[in-house]
Amino acid sequence: MEHYISLFVKAVFIENLALSFFLGMCTFLAVSKKVTTSIGLGVAVIVVLGISVPVNNLVYHAVLAPGSLTWLGYPDADLSFLRFLTFIGVIAALVQILEMVLDKFFPALYNALGIFLPLITVNCAIFGAVAFMVERNYNFSESVVYGLGAGVGWALAITLLAGIREKMKYSDVPDGLRGLGITFITVGLMGLGFMSFSGISL
Amino acid sequence: MADTKEMKAVLFGPVLANNPIALQVLGICSALAVTSSLKNALIMSIALTLVTAFSSFFISLIRNQIPSSVRIIVQMTIIASLVIVVDQVLQAFSYATAKELSVFVGLIITNCIVMGRAEAYAMKSPPIMSFLDGIGNGLGYSVVLLTVGFIRELFGKGTLFGVDIIPLVQDGGWYQPMGLLILPPSAFFIIGLFIWVLRTYKKDQVEAKA
Repeated sequence: MEHYISLFVKAVFIENLALSFFLGMCTFLAVSKKVTTSIGLGVAVIVVLGISVPVNNLVYHAVLAPGSLTWLGYPDADLSFLRFLTFIGVIAALVQILEMVLDKFFPALYNALGIFLPLITVNCAIFGAVAFMVERNYNFSESVVYGLGAGVGWALAITLLAGIREKMKYSDVPDGLRGLGITFITVGLMGLGFMSFSGISL
Repeated sequence: MADTKEMKAVLFGPVLANNPIALQVLGICSALAVTSSLKNALIMSIALTLVTAFSSFFISLIRNQIPSSVRIIVQMTIIASLVIVVDQVLQAFSYATAKELSVFVGLIITNCIVMGRAEAYAMKSPPIMSFLDGIGNGLGYSVVLLTVGFIRELFGKGTLFGVDIIPLVQDGGWYQPMGLLILPPSAFFIIGLFIWVLRTYKKDQVEAKA
């Protein structure tokens, strides 16, 4: 149990996808102008990560990993070079299914998340987390915890940034830095702040 | 066949005037994590330029056959296949670098520059122009990446491509390396300042007051 808690905390703070690996930056910078929309996107990312990391974990270990096709009579098959193609396919399919399920059974949630869901397919945070899962050899239960933790961390980061940007409307930024430039610098400062978590060893 | 002038505009426009990172806010994800050394930045730039160029080329070739409802999936498949090729080549010829870049080679798939150009340009233009557009945008990305990599490696470690340029204090030289530049957040500061410089030079890119 302790192992999972520390994995979760590590995924949220120490190895924050947005602020220490810079994943999902395109959406991170583009959608962080308002706190409410950021929270919506953050929740969508948590949901998609929480599902897609474990599912890809199953797919990887059942089909792609070296020797995993033994049950089909191909003990030497190594399909791991196909992993990028498979993962992106699984993510795209999952997002599509999720969208349809939400539309059918949870229309309120669908309306809240609706516009963000398609965006998430091409969000590097999802793909990055899946790739990290493979690289670090997480087992199934670890991948559930990691997926959720990574999602929570990303959501936390984008909400914080949106909060800062809302306040920043009132500041007088030099012309050339206005908008994108100052956002980059803000994110850099936030990244420095999050680095202070890195001293924690779990 | 388009005339040379148009080709030139397509090829060099994205480098400074319409830079994908600084102006269109595309593909920043990988721009930051791989720039701690110039060598990684260079390899990443080459990989991305090739993938963008060839994916635009192939997507443009079959653009009239792709039904618009499944175009994203088709584009993704083409891009992912190209990235697999790049990844396999890297692992075969430069395993250490492939390990260092870890997941970021794979992340070219979700790099918004590649998708963005496929969607915005290649779906509407003939193959050769799309190819040039891909190269142009790849170069625009490379300019930012190499600048950041150059600054970070030179001032952070005193080296370029791993070769000592500035003698460090601990080796008996005079330069005290800036530790901050090795840390990941410094890439944000450098890109932020890069945008500032670019916009001071090109006033029309300054964003309106909100």
